Formats: sequence, C-alpha cells, structure tokens
Amino acid sequence: MNRLAVELPGLSLRNPIMPASGCFGFGKEYGNLYDLSQLGAIMIKATTLETRFGNPTPRVAETAAGMLNAIGLQNPGLERVMAEELTRLAQHDVPIIANVAGSETEDYVQVAEAISKAPNVNALELNISCPNVKCGGIAFGTDPKLAAELTAAVKAVSSVPVYVKLSPNVSDITVIAKAVEAAGADGITMINTLVGMRLDRKTGKPVIANGTGGLSGPAVKPVAIRMVYEVSQAVNIPIIGMGGVAEAGDVIDFLSAGASAVAVGTANFVNPFVCPEIIHALPALLDELGLETITELIGRSHAV
Amino acid sequence: MIVQNRMAICATRQLADNIIEMVLEGNLVKEIASPGQFVHIRVTDTFEPLLRRPISIASFDKEKEQMTLIFRAEGRGTQLLAAKQIGVEVDVLGPLGNGFSADNSAPGETALLIGGGIGVPPLYQLSKELTAKGVHCVHILGFQSATAVFYEEEFAALGETRIVTADGSAGEQGFVTDSLARNPVEFTTYYTCGPTPMLHAVQQAFHDKQGFLSFEQRMGCGIGACFACVCETQSGQDTPYVKVCSDGPVFPAGVVAI
Repeated sequence: MNRLAVELPGLSLRNPIMPASGCFGFGKEYGNLYDLSQLGAIMIKATTLETRFGNPTPRVAETAAGMLNAIGLQNPGLERVMAEELTRLAQHDVPIIANVAGSETEDYVQVAEAISKAPNVNALELNISCPNVKCGGIAFGTDPKLAAELTAAVKAVSSVPVYVKLSPNVSDITVIAKAVEAAGADGITMINTLVGMRLDRKTGKPVIANGTGGLSGPAVKPVAIRMVYEVSQAVNIPIIGMGGVAEAGDVIDFLSAGASAVAVGTANFVNPFVCPEIIHALPALLDELGLETITELIGRSHAV
Repeated sequence: MIVQNRMAICATRQLADNIIEMVLEGNLVKEIASPGQFVHIRVTDTFEPLLRRPISIASFDKEKEQMTLIFRAEGRGTQLLAAKQIGVEVDVLGPLGNGFSADNSAPGETALLIGGGIGVPPLYQLSKELTAKGVHCVHILGFQSATAVFYEEEFAALGETRIVTADGSAGEQGFVTDSLARNPVEFTTYYTCGPTPMLHAVQQAFHDKQGFLSFEQRMGCGIGACFACVCETQSGQDTPYVKVCSDGPVFPAGVVAI
C-alpha cells in the first residue's frame, strides 16, 4: 500500500506534493536536476492565449522570510506550450495541472478548451488571482459573481476537472470559494500571493518595477493555513493548499488545516531539491504521529 | 552538470573596502566549464534571508577542487557570508550559467578585458585561460576609488593592466571608456563584465568589434525557472528575451538590448 497516495478529481497522486505554478517553469530546468516522476503532480506556469513577455525588471525583491515577485505571467503562449512544453513533459510519468490565465473570459475559455485536451493534462488550475497583471487575473478572483461566471464558462469547455486558484487579497475568502463551488469547480487551490510592496531606502521608491508584487515564502504560511482552515469548512470540494511550504512539517500543517494535497512554491528557488526531499521525509513524520496513511491528517484541526 | 554541494571555506580575506575573497572547496569545482560561470549560495540554514546569492567565480583549480569567489559584502546576505569563518560549510548550487569561452581568441591575438567594480573577478580566470593559450591580454579595470581597487597585481602578472577610478584617487581618472578613448588599444576581441551603463558604453565604443558581455540582474532561482532575470533582446534576434541566469550571464555583443 502507498501511504502517501491521494485521490482527487482527475488526479491519482502517488504523493500529495507538487511544485506550484510559476515556481517551476514548465519543469525543464528541474528535470535536469532530478526525476520529475517522483512528484505527485506538476502545476505548470500560467499559460495565456498569446505570448506574454511579462513585466519590466526588477521583478523580484527579497523580504523578511519571503519574497515579492511581479513576473507578469511571462509565457510562450498556448500554441508553443502545447507543442513544446507539454510534449516534452509527456516523457515523464507525472500528472500535469495546467494553470490557465487570461485577460477576459474568452481568452480563458479558449486556452482551457485547447489545453485540457492535451493527453498529459489531468486538471486545470484557473488563475483568477494573479496580482501582477493589469487586466484579468485578480479582477476575477476578488468578485464572487465574476469568479463564478468564469468558472462556469471554463467548466463548460474543459475536458478535465477544473480547480480554481483563489486570491488571499479579499476580506472573506469563503465567499469566493462558495461562489466557484456553486459554479461547478471541482476543487480549489489556495493561496496565491499577498499583494505587497518594498521600498528602496535611498530613493524611497518601490524596488519592483511594477510597484507592487506578490508576497510568498515562509512569511505567508500562517495566512494560508488560516484560509485553508476556513475554506475547507465552507465548501465540499477538495483543496490543494500552498503558501510558504518549505519542509515536510509544513505539509502536515496544511493537511491538518483541511487541504488534501500541497503545492511547494518559493522554496524551489531556495532549494531546488525541496520537493523530493519533502516526499522522502513524509513517511517518518507519519510514523511519529502514529498514522498509517497521509489522508488521515486531512482536516484534523476542524472541531468535531 | 549543476550540483548542490556543501563546500568548506578554506580561506577568506578582505581585499578592499567591503570586498571579500573567499576560497571554497568541494567537488562542485569539477563541474565548472568556463570562466564567468557563477554559483548560487545559501548564506543561512534558516529562512532569513530567504534567497540564495549569485556570486561569480573568480578562479578555480580543479585538481585541488577549490574555487575563489570575490564579492562585495553590501546587503544582509553577503554580510552574513563574509562573516563566516574558515572551516565552516556553506550550501552552494552550481556551477550556473554560460561563461566566457577562451576559444573566441586565437593565439597571438590581443584580447581586451574590461571590468567594472565587482564585475572584475570573472575576468581573472578568463585572463589566465587566454594567456595560457598565448593570447595577449590587456586589462582595463574600473573602480569607484583607490579603496575599492583589488587584484591589480594579479592581473598585472598576466598582462598590461590599467586601473581607472571615478574620482582619480588611483590610476587614471574617469571611466574605463575614457581611458580607452585617450589611449586606444589595438585588439581583436573584447570581454567585459560590470555595471550595465559600462557594458552599454563599451559596446557602443567597440560596435565594430567582436565582443562578449557578462550581465548582472536580480535573480530568483538561478537556473532559468522563475523568469525574474529576463532581459529583452535587440531586434532581429531569434528570441524576444533571454534569461541572464541560464542563457547568460555572458552574451555576445548585440544580443541583449541595453
């Protein structure tokens, strides 16, 4: 029996660990360092209909136990992601979750319809929470009506289950979660980054060229845990939790909060081998807790 | 191949104001392919500061499995690294990026090596490799002031070396391009590393020459996955952008829009 296995809509995960979208490119660079088939899944970088260059540099700035980024969804566009990136990833035995982004509903729908037909794409992650693009992105993720409409439109055309990636930059994240669940979402991924800013001491101006950036890294983990705790008790669809995961113990926390699987983001930049290291460390942590399977952890924090 | 290696500090000394030379030992050194490659160093085992620090390799000795890094201890991360004692191990990822190739100069030719500030170190290994194959190297090294100058003797041992300082407190006064305008050098190929305005001035001054430029950019992952360090390319290139960490940091003149 595989103690780490998790079943989610569209995803039979050999373990609940996957690199988060935007922190792993399309797997090529990390695939040079280790065997990607060790991973539970891969959330590939956001794909838009057309090629996007992204934002001016500087695009990243370090902060206390975290970092800000404003990459701006740079990607080669749907056609090349399908032809080159997904084709290359097909050589690895690992489920792919394709992150879909756009600036209006029609873009999302076109990308979702096409990319969901790729043979190795097992699920979509609807990106309604990118804080670093002028149009689309977070605008859809902070309005429950828009979020629901977009979810329904993408669900109507997708050949695979649709997970919706939620933004923490809202006053009540459960409202958005319930709205996308009602619109047919098969699951939720959360949280995207928190909007932040760092100023240059000498000039007083923002360090990042975009002005604001998305905060990630260990600094955001308590916010993510709280939100997973809230959302997992407000909806009946599974959650892939993320936000500051850097070591195996963090996985225990996210599952206990109510997530069914966990994505690792910024930590890949700090330690490129962090995902396989976490996977290898999990069985011993289950032993310490006296648990047979990892799914026993899910929602331990909830009041009975 | 990129490896993650815990490397022991075998020597460390201050060369100039805030400029530290550190010798690290480990089998990562066997993987170094060219001068101008860099390593990505985690300066702490905690999450503060979080990200690795990219530092260029100044020289290496594959037999001893040792490499020398020269860096400016300016921010939190590099100050923590500078404070580490001999014998301490640090987490090093590398070697990263594509460096300079000594194959771009033929024996008997003259190569012009132009460095600015903390861009000077990678030119040292390059000069060693070029001179070893019979290329005549001329070094033009720019610094802010006399207290910032380092490796003058090391470079002088390899070939003609000019020191240029912005305030004139050592060597010639002005920028490296001022010195070259006053006293031109006959050369075939130039190699340069330093602040972007300097790279721009050098590329403009020698637009009719073969040249190779090493760029600096804020980085996240250091391996090409995060898209933090992209630069737009000049029109007419195959791709609209390049990543400094994995496509560079060294590019032929005319590739990156500066």
